[in-house]
Amino acid sequence: MTANRLAESLLALSQQEELADLPKDYLLSESEDEGDNDGERKHQKLLEAISSLDGKNRRKLAERSEASLKVSEFSVSSEGSGEKLVLADLLEPVKTSSSLATVKKQLSRVKSKKTVELPLNKEEIERIHREVAFNKTAQVLSKWDPVVLKNRQAEQLVFPLEKEEPAIAPIEHVLSGWKARTPLEQEIFNLLHKNKQPVTDPLLTPVEKASLRAMSLEEAKMRRAELQRARALQSYYEAKARREKKIKSKKYHKVVKKGKAKKALKEFEQLQKVNPTVALEEMEKIENARMMERMSLKHQNSGKWAKSKAIMAKYDLEARQAMQEQLSKNKELTQKLQVASESEEEEGGTEDVEELLVPDVVNEVQMNADGPNPWMLRSCTSDTKEAATQEDPEQLPELAAHEVSASGAEERPVAEEEILLREFEERQSLRKRSELNQDAEPASSQETKDSSSQEVLSELRALSQKLKEKHQSRKQKASSEGTVPQVQREEPAPEEEEPLLLQRPERVQTLEELEELGKEDCFQNKELPRPLLEGQQSERTPNNRPDAPKEKKEKEQLINLQNFLTTQSPSVRSLAVPTIIEELEDEEERNHRQMIKEAFAGDDVIRDFLKEKREAVEASKPKDVDLTLPGWGEWGGVGLKPSAKKRRQFLIKAPEGPPRKDKNLPNVIISEKRNIHAAAHQVQVLPYPFTHHRQFERTIQTPIGSTWNTQRAFQKLTTPKVVTKPGHIIKPIKAEDVGYQSSSRSDLPVIQRNPKRITTRHNKEEKL
Amino acid sequence: MKVKMLSRNPDNYVRETKLDLQRVPRNYDPALHPFEVPREYVRALNATKLERVFAKPFLASLDGHRDGVNCLAKHPENLATVLSGACDGEVRIWNLTQRNCIRTIQAHEGFVRGICTRFCGTSFFTVGDDKTVKQWKMDGPGYGDEEEPLHTILGKTVYTGIDHHWKEAVFATCGQQVDIWDEQRTNPICSMTWGFDSISSVKFNPIETFLLGSCASDRNIVLYDMRQATPLKKVILDMRTNTICWNPMEAFIFTAANEDYNLYTFDMRALDTPVMVHMDHVSAVLDVDYSPTGKEFVSASFDKSIRIFPVDKSRSREVYHTKRMQHVICVKWTSDSKYIMCGSDEMNIRLWKANASEKLGVLTSREKAAKDYNQKLKEKFQHYPHIKRIARHRHLPKSIYSQIQEQRIMKEARRRKEVNRIKHSKPGSVPIVSEKKKHVVAVVK
Repeated sequence: MTANRLAESLLALSQQEELADLPKDYLLSESEDEGDNDGERKHQKLLEAISSLDGKNRRKLAERSEASLKVSEFSVSSEGSGEKLVLADLLEPVKTSSSLATVKKQLSRVKSKKTVELPLNKEEIERIHREVAFNKTAQVLSKWDPVVLKNRQAEQLVFPLEKEEPAIAPIEHVLSGWKARTPLEQEIFNLLHKNKQPVTDPLLTPVEKASLRAMSLEEAKMRRAELQRARALQSYYEAKARREKKIKSKKYHKVVKKGKAKKALKEFEQLQKVNPTVALEEMEKIENARMMERMSLKHQNSGKWAKSKAIMAKYDLEARQAMQEQLSKNKELTQKLQVASESEEEEGGTEDVEELLVPDVVNEVQMNADGPNPWMLRSCTSDTKEAATQEDPEQLPELAAHEVSASGAEERPVAEEEILLREFEERQSLRKRSELNQDAEPASSQETKDSSSQEVLSELRALSQKLKEKHQSRKQKASSEGTVPQVQREEPAPEEEEPLLLQRPERVQTLEELEELGKEDCFQNKELPRPLLEGQQSERTPNNRPDAPKEKKEKEQLINLQNFLTTQSPSVRSLAVPTIIEELEDEEERNHRQMIKEAFAGDDVIRDFLKEKREAVEASKPKDVDLTLPGWGEWGGVGLKPSAKKRRQFLIKAPEGPPRKDKNLPNVIISEKRNIHAAAHQVQVLPYPFTHHRQFERTIQTPIGSTWNTQRAFQKLTTPKVVTKPGHIIKPIKAEDVGYQSSSRSDLPVIQRNPKRITTRHNKEEKL
Repeated sequence: MKVKMLSRNPDNYVRETKLDLQRVPRNYDPALHPFEVPREYVRALNATKLERVFAKPFLASLDGHRDGVNCLAKHPENLATVLSGACDGEVRIWNLTQRNCIRTIQAHEGFVRGICTRFCGTSFFTVGDDKTVKQWKMDGPGYGDEEEPLHTILGKTVYTGIDHHWKEAVFATCGQQVDIWDEQRTNPICSMTWGFDSISSVKFNPIETFLLGSCASDRNIVLYDMRQATPLKKVILDMRTNTICWNPMEAFIFTAANEDYNLYTFDMRALDTPVMVHMDHVSAVLDVDYSPTGKEFVSASFDKSIRIFPVDKSRSREVYHTKRMQHVICVKWTSDSKYIMCGSDEMNIRLWKANASEKLGVLTSREKAAKDYNQKLKEKFQHYPHIKRIARHRHLPKSIYSQIQEQRIMKEARRRKEVNRIKHSKPGSVPIVSEKKKHVVAVVK
């Protein structure tokens, strides 16, 4: 507003000056008769006026020679003289008088000083004030920049920001203000006080403290040394025990055990003499142990260990002895103990010796023969059977395998086998009976036993031989029938080895040809070549393997991809030790495969797949465009075709597409079409913060679930960005929260803090 | 002979207490857990769907006012207490936990233009159309006593807004100028003007408490410094700003709710370009309030909806509306950052959850872990089109929906014209103005 007013006044002034121009000219013309210097000035003016006539400085400043009504305070015009008023002019009249020297001096001083500039207008001043204030404020605010940046980038922010100090009062304070109220509490406190148990920090009773203080240094040293010694002794003892425990010699352990037993016995006898009551108690204890043993049946030969020993007993002398021992122990424990006399023990010893000499099986039979239990007898025979099966690891498993493989169709041979087995059993039982007789004689040596076992062995061997022969003959029959392609060989190599050997070179060929196959157009030879007969394979023995390369060349035409795919893959197996179990499995597998073959006889999956792939390839090929118009330029109609020349002319061949990705992968179809359904779940554009698609993919590919990460990592990966506690008021951030000093100054306006200025302000307001 | 036997450390399988979960040893071999990306994708998809299923933000409606709710205030110390002023001069104090009105005061004749609480929560101030500023005690009068204000200041002009200082016994009112008052005096200790216009709201900066921001009806936002008793800077926008709100965690950031349907977040040190332009409303934005975490803010609009914006995003993440809610005049985010209150024309105050699908109440640790995991999954796969579509889907009232469509068309047309103009004129003669700069007319020093 004031600015406008100013502008108006300025405008008015200029107009007025223009008006004043006219009379001035008149004045010029009239006052010709003035003084010399006047004339000089006028002359100069005239010259100026003439020079300004050329147009540029046309407008002249007016000379005010008359008092005007409106005199602007802003512009004092010095136009009247045409020159600036100089200080010297004022001083001229003063020159002569010397009394005015001081004034002169002052004036000269003034002369040296510059003029004071005009005060800025109010708007300007306010603007400057504002700018300064803004800069100051911006500076104050810039201290928050690092805090804000940190909070924006923080992995996790927990609100409220200020940490609430958990009020932990020292226990003394709590206790001083706390009284025991309930009887239980009172009781506890009574107890504590009675024992002078400290309630507060040092948790030692006065007694403990005293004891601590009482122990002198020497005492402590002695005590320590003692402890050290004890510890060392203990460690020695432990080491010794460990060493002894590690000794593998059974004899040693036996000796030790016996020694212990003897010692115990001696002690017992002594006890009997010294203190019969205690001895009686001991006796009772022993009796108890026996009863327990009897109940638990621990030393019967039904345990795992015993069974394994029974198996081993045939070959291993030690095992046999162990079994014997066990049996004797069992007997000993199960016998009701009348009086512990030395003579009986001796008897037992002799028995032991006796039993040591006979084989296990025999022993069992003997024992079983004592009690005429038909069930036990039967189990005995079965035992022997088992033993027999284990007797010959090379041959008998085969027998077992045959037993397993024997189906209902082969009942006759089975019956034969049974008869054979029965014979064997009978013979064995006869043996045993004779041995029973031998048992009566105390002196039966190891040799006899060995011979007997050898006899059994030879018998078994003969038996198995028979069985094997039969089996082979049966097999031969089967192969001659030709249902199962199996070849019987007199060679020691197992039968299963052969198909492998035969097929191996072939497989190599196929692998080598795979690449060529890819290049070959497999659709051209549409009819499948005859699948290789397995009979042919069987004719090829390992002996003619060196000839294989030659054959390979011959066969190159025959073998193609389809053939390769349709032939059965040979079962890869180690050639080293053909075990019988494997053979068994093989047979099962073969049966299984046979069954599957029969079940899916109709459908050829592989050929279907190939067909499918062919169709896919055809469909993806670019199509030729046929632009022939039938009937154009020649006759057309039903049964008429455009001429070949024309067709050739108007057929636009499509360019070859890019090679298919599955060109070299015979058993894969790769579809290169875009899947719309999948596209709905794919990101189309790289999202904002990421700069490269690989970055984005990597973030997606790192899983964050607990299925793939440890618990700790999972927690770290899933920390939320902002955590707020329900029910807690979040106050705005404070300078103290982030380690700044809060401005202690009041936010009140400056005038409020400066009472002087307030008063002036108030005065002003009053004036207004 | 060394005896080999199984030995297990009980620490690996024994729980410390019987309330612990059974320890299950796990094998993290990636070969055993294939397809991690597809599996997580499916989980993320399910989480997103469930989030939408459980998104039920509306909690309560507080009714009792007999005219439109014009202003709201939070209690600084008590989460459950809320104050509201209506267009008929009535002030009500509400208890949110009981969801009822606990006190009613006929404070003014005509509108209650502004309401604010003292920083200690013992009293509150109201300004009304009757040119008065009144201070009230927070606790009601005793039995038989009359409801009377502690102080009443009679002014010369109508006050349109009020805000209290965050630490000291000083408050600011606005009307024709911004006045700063000492609570003990009846005259303002200083009044600041810059031009003559009616100022619609004034807000103290919660962090640097000597700063004030105000917005006037001549389309400008003015910043003041209370210490130096001077205005600092003024920015003129395209249209009038209704109110501003300072970020409680970032001292120099404030957001202005504008009549041109947008919100502008400014850094007060660089007013010539807003930091972010938030656009989603389809009518004038009437009020804005920051979440106490400073990460989001809520805006109330004349288009009968409220929206929640992340500070650094230009589009809203959430929109709340109900059939009965009319023009929303005021909105507040509660101090625990869990709830939002809005007062609207049809006399109700509504309480919303700030996070629509959040489960209220105590969470067990497993629930919390599952929640965090789901949240992270949603974040991780947010760019996938299927998930994005589900997460963004909101039902809108027809009026808003159609207006959005309409405005989209208008905006597109404007953009096309701009592009054409650039295309058909001498290169460089038509400058390309960014969306942020478009709305700022001038900055006056």
